[in-house]
Amino acid sequence: MQGKLILSDGTVFLGQSFGAENPTSGEVVFNTSMVGYPESLTDPSYFGQILVLTYPLQGSYGIPQVKYWESAKIQVKGLIVSNYINQPSHFESQQSLGDWLKEQGVPALFGTDTRMLTRKLREHGVMLGRIELKAKSGKLKANEIYDPNKENILPYVSRGKAETYGEGKKNIVLIDCGTKENIVRSLVKRGARVTRVPWNLDPLVEKLDFDGVLVSNGPGDPSQAKQTIANVKAMLDKNIPIFGICLGSQIMALAAGGKTYKLKFGHRGQNQPVQDIKTGKAIITSQNHGFAVDTKSLPGDWQEWFINLNDRTNEGVRHKTKPFMAVQFHPEANPGPVDGGYLFDEFLTYL
Amino acid sequence: MNKLRKVLVLGSGALKIGEAGEFDYSGSQALKALKEEGVEAVLINPNIATIQTSKDLAKKIYFLPVTPYFVKQVIAKEKPDGIFLSFGGQTALNCGLALEKEGIFKKEGVKVLGSPVKSIEVTEDRELFAKELDKIGVKVPKGGFAKTLKEALKIGGKLGYPLLIRSGFSLGGLGSGVINNKEEFVKMVTVALKQAPQIAIEEYLKHWKEVEYEVVRDKAGNKITVCNMENLDPLGIHTGESIVVAPSQTLNNYQYHYLRKLSLKAIEHLGIVGECNIQFALNPDNNDYRVIEVNARLSRSSALASKATGYPLAYIAAKLALGYKLPELKNSVTLSTSAFFEPALDYLVVKIPRWDLQKFVGAKQQIGSEMKSVGEVMAIGRSFPEVLQKAIRMLETGQDGLLQNGADDTQLLPTTERLFSIAQNLSRGETVEAIYKATGIDPWFLHQIEEIVEFEKSLQFSVISYQTISQAKKLGFSDRVIARYLKATEGKIREFRKKHGIVPKVKHIDTLAAEYPAKTNYLYLTYHGEESEVVTTGYSLPSTANKRKPEAGSRKAVVLGSGPYRIGSSVEFDWCSVTCAQTLRSKGLETIIINCNPETVSTDYDSADKLYFEQLTFERVSDIYEIENSSCHPEGAERPEEGNVALVLSFGGQVPNNLALACFKAGYKILGTSPESIDNAEDRNKFSKLLDKLGIKQPAWQSLKTLDEALKFAKTIGYPVLIRPSYVLSGSAMNVAYSGQDLKVFLENATSVSAEYPVVISKFVEGAKEIEIDGVGQDGSLLIYAIAEHVENAGVHSGDATIVLPPQKLYLETVRKIKYATRQIIKSLKINGPFNIQFLAKGNEIQVIELNLRASRSFPFVSKVTGFNFVEIATKVMLGGQLSGYFRTIDLDYVAVKAPQFSFSRIKGADPRLRVEMSSTGEVACFGDDLQEAYLKSLLAVGFKLPKKGVLLAIGGDKNKLDMLLSAKFLTGLGLKLFTTDNTHKFLKQNGIKSSRVYKISERKHASVLDLLQKGQVDLVINISDGGGQRKETDGFIIRRNCVDLGIPLVTNLQAAELLVSSLSSKKLEDLEIKSWDEYVSS
Repeated sequence: MQGKLILSDGTVFLGQSFGAENPTSGEVVFNTSMVGYPESLTDPSYFGQILVLTYPLQGSYGIPQVKYWESAKIQVKGLIVSNYINQPSHFESQQSLGDWLKEQGVPALFGTDTRMLTRKLREHGVMLGRIELKAKSGKLKANEIYDPNKENILPYVSRGKAETYGEGKKNIVLIDCGTKENIVRSLVKRGARVTRVPWNLDPLVEKLDFDGVLVSNGPGDPSQAKQTIANVKAMLDKNIPIFGICLGSQIMALAAGGKTYKLKFGHRGQNQPVQDIKTGKAIITSQNHGFAVDTKSLPGDWQEWFINLNDRTNEGVRHKTKPFMAVQFHPEANPGPVDGGYLFDEFLTYL
Repeated sequence: MNKLRKVLVLGSGALKIGEAGEFDYSGSQALKALKEEGVEAVLINPNIATIQTSKDLAKKIYFLPVTPYFVKQVIAKEKPDGIFLSFGGQTALNCGLALEKEGIFKKEGVKVLGSPVKSIEVTEDRELFAKELDKIGVKVPKGGFAKTLKEALKIGGKLGYPLLIRSGFSLGGLGSGVINNKEEFVKMVTVALKQAPQIAIEEYLKHWKEVEYEVVRDKAGNKITVCNMENLDPLGIHTGESIVVAPSQTLNNYQYHYLRKLSLKAIEHLGIVGECNIQFALNPDNNDYRVIEVNARLSRSSALASKATGYPLAYIAAKLALGYKLPELKNSVTLSTSAFFEPALDYLVVKIPRWDLQKFVGAKQQIGSEMKSVGEVMAIGRSFPEVLQKAIRMLETGQDGLLQNGADDTQLLPTTERLFSIAQNLSRGETVEAIYKATGIDPWFLHQIEEIVEFEKSLQFSVISYQTISQAKKLGFSDRVIARYLKATEGKIREFRKKHGIVPKVKHIDTLAAEYPAKTNYLYLTYHGEESEVVTTGYSLPSTANKRKPEAGSRKAVVLGSGPYRIGSSVEFDWCSVTCAQTLRSKGLETIIINCNPETVSTDYDSADKLYFEQLTFERVSDIYEIENSSCHPEGAERPEEGNVALVLSFGGQVPNNLALACFKAGYKILGTSPESIDNAEDRNKFSKLLDKLGIKQPAWQSLKTLDEALKFAKTIGYPVLIRPSYVLSGSAMNVAYSGQDLKVFLENATSVSAEYPVVISKFVEGAKEIEIDGVGQDGSLLIYAIAEHVENAGVHSGDATIVLPPQKLYLETVRKIKYATRQIIKSLKINGPFNIQFLAKGNEIQVIELNLRASRSFPFVSKVTGFNFVEIATKVMLGGQLSGYFRTIDLDYVAVKAPQFSFSRIKGADPRLRVEMSSTGEVACFGDDLQEAYLKSLLAVGFKLPKKGVLLAIGGDKNKLDMLLSAKFLTGLGLKLFTTDNTHKFLKQNGIKSSRVYKISERKHASVLDLLQKGQVDLVINISDGGGQRKETDGFIIRRNCVDLGIPLVTNLQAAELLVSSLSSKKLEDLEIKSWDEYVSS
């Protein structure tokens, strides 16, 4: 079936449907990864977004068992690719990408000039857009499109109740703002116990017994997560070791009194170079964010930790004396390079 | 950073199988990086056809062998403070390791830049390597190492069969293979241990995937993987023989990043500084892996990765070797982002190797763990079918698609034609599963191939419609194939496409998948897209910024490159293309290059204003011509100005030259000599008539369509006769027949390869000298020329001949006659550009055998030897410049010799005798104060070793024996022991020369010739056969083949043998002067 993606500026991109056949709308963003579509599609940070994958072949190795996903379902609103591979080949494949999308009710288009679309988003900045599968054109009115930045969307991606993983002595409270499963796996693998709590749960109020806190990744505009920001601020005041990842990093910056801002088209990919400005050491990281921390807005006892070598934006901040660390990228990887995994070890030394 | 003053760069010498044009690319980039840093570069590389040995890149160039002896001499003379070992392939690396062992670097205070020698040693010694990786828990194949057959048998017994053997210090996997039983094992181990001191015996990981990563690390330990690549062929097929795709297609996120992590871990442990390549085997049924090898240097794979990603690996590696850290360097494509990043591709590439096995008598089509391919192509696109079909056409093997291409072997063996066999099998309804089981090629690839096959099958039932054509183009079908099925012409399909807007779109390679804009114009075309990207015209490269500002509406020139390297067309045409492009740019033209060979400098995106990494087919050239023409909008003009784009077809060898007439008929503007004149030179009938009219002699010939006609004509002119197809490149299917029987046998081969063209039979003149004239005509007059003579008499292909410039043995009368004939030809064809004519001379009679109205293989040689850049001059002439001047090219104070490089050791079972069919894979040229000095240097540069012990003389025919008599005397005078067989022994004895008699193999007595060779009692073999093309000559073949397999220098040509002996008699190694290019040729 013929379908189209209509951007908020009226531009229309054609494609063929290979997912569910219902219309959808959201913020259109692009990711430049060459592998990892099952991980990306289940990454809750993409909630509310239509994902454009720039690598032209998608679906090649099918979809693995749910235990390899980053959450229990597909999180994106829609998917746009250039070529869809309907005959996957991999020993872990359980079903094809198209069947999975259909099963999960997520529309998808192939045959679209994704490079043209990406260039458009790069020049213009991310835009809202809608996938339509019936012949209907014309300029979209803004109110017809879902904008994930206009509300607090953490309730949609965070688990409703607390859950514990691992057997370790040290307990880490993971504030689930839409956490990727691999954050849990990364901590448990290193011998920690993880108590995963909903986005708005205050561990101090609940009197949990814990040694440190990890504020997870998640979708949307960080300033919408007011409750989480307040909870984190309380813990900062108590000098509890805290590690923030992606949205968690932005929430920590906001809790510390700093500011965040929206990037033109964000960083989404597995090839983002960051440098520890103190040691000069550089690593390649996996990223997926549309907002960034404004380093200059931070109080004087915080310092810039990592910067992006491409556009010099902030990629991590830490407190000069206290055990507060935050990175904009994804040390847990999945998808992407695992170079930043050492940061979990570093965090565990604080506990 | 300690400021370096002078750095010595080692090149890789002649192109050979396993070590080819990729090292011109890497060496050139290293020199560019040095130049940028203001470091004086001294280059040793005898490969005169390379771009790195052009003026301007290195401060000083030595056309000398890359061997420890010569490098030592150059170090003593130049006193460099640093040396680059990793840009000249295995040749440079091995040379460096030997010098380190001798303590030369320490003694002379030369710092090895880049990866420390210790790291290199670990990666080169398989045993050390396994030990080191074991330390960090990284797995390598199970097995062991053996120095003797006994040790090998012990390990083999433990592992069981099948197993794999590999030898260390090898380029391209020489002496490696899958062994199925003990008998094979004993045989292979024996041969391999002759080539290398130690071999590895390993578990055979049948049908595991082969995956490679290109890794870059700086001295501070910052590291990235620039590209990963997956072989379509499973483990067991050498990566140089495999179809390769980048990025990997069948690896999921876990596998991709797990292998990436292991790569970084291994490279960190080994302490690499710069670039290296790591190869993995990956079990397709789980995530088990092995590290197969690490190459601690730039490699063929790294050249491919550079072109596949746009990341200039060699340039960055050079900068890192000079002490930079990755985060300090910029991305050369965006010029804004960091060089510390991993390219994100929004396209895919496929590499297919090019083989030329039909050029070797006795070669097998089977491929395996040893490299036999001579070149490769890389196709870029946005779907696998599109890219695969592009790549097939790029090979220039006459194959235009997967089916209907003349390949009818449906056996699923790993052969050079396997892709076509698979397609045939799928077409006949064989299942993907069954083919996977038989070949180990991942079903993913097979499904993609199946999609092409299914569509191709359906095409015959289709009609011309938007849907069909659009789908066909997305799947990579050419207009020609579509036309064939739809019973239309190529032109009609094109017309329909353009009318309906089915045209390819231009896309950039920007390294970041459109996340940041590219400042360079590295382009490809695809049918998977809506938008053609606007290309910045008049873009200036950082190095030439502000130097040049093309005026609005200034003309554009499109230079066509040479396509894949093959026997008869390689780096020399890349030098020609790049030199032409440089000249065009210096003249203010917007310069565009089209080429598809990842081993070249012409496909560096800064060699021209724009690079289209594309096919050199008429269809694609037309696409690009039209795209470029339509974007020629001078200020204020509404329509593009006609003729604003011109094609340059004269510098990429025969491939672009063959397009001349079609482009001309299509109305495209072509620079240089008129395509009608080109046709007059290429068409034998027309050319022959012209020669007759001019009164210039040529060997009697006729074009014949049947065997009977041929036999009749051959009888009239008398044997021997030469047989060849009409459009000839490197003598494909050429042969000499000495009898009617010979002719019958050959004709069956020759006609089968050239059904469209009749076979040409001409008189083969025996005992004639062959002379070439390269030059440039200007509006029909001779502007500049160089005359060179072959050492070997006619009968050896000009590409295999040893060539001397200026000529040393030509009569003045002959030279005068050649010049006169040349002038007449140039005038009558109104030549305006480069040309090459080949002459035969016997006595003072000359005959013309061939005219090429394009730059020839010897253009870089004559340019660099005479000091006049023939390509630059030709380009200026083609642009309409009126040049004049006197060019001294004959009376020179030095001599240069161009010698061929053979790769027979790679081609099992091939007969290494020189013939009319070309079989050399590369060449070198060296200078000397006389012929003998230049000849010895050039021989040493292609791997010849001076004899110290004994010489085997196996001379067939009475005349040859007589001619060799003096040489035999000289050899004994040098203190070398002579060994001879029956007749030669008697003949020498009669003439008072002592020699030890050994038995022929056919005599079945000992000590036989074979014993002599295998025991290493001789270190030179002179084997001259007595005429006779196809004549059975088993003994001679066994002698020659054993020389190749055992690495014993072999001479098979009488004139070459005579020159060798006279050179050995007049010069010792120490007599060979260490002089740089500019000490010979002043400019």
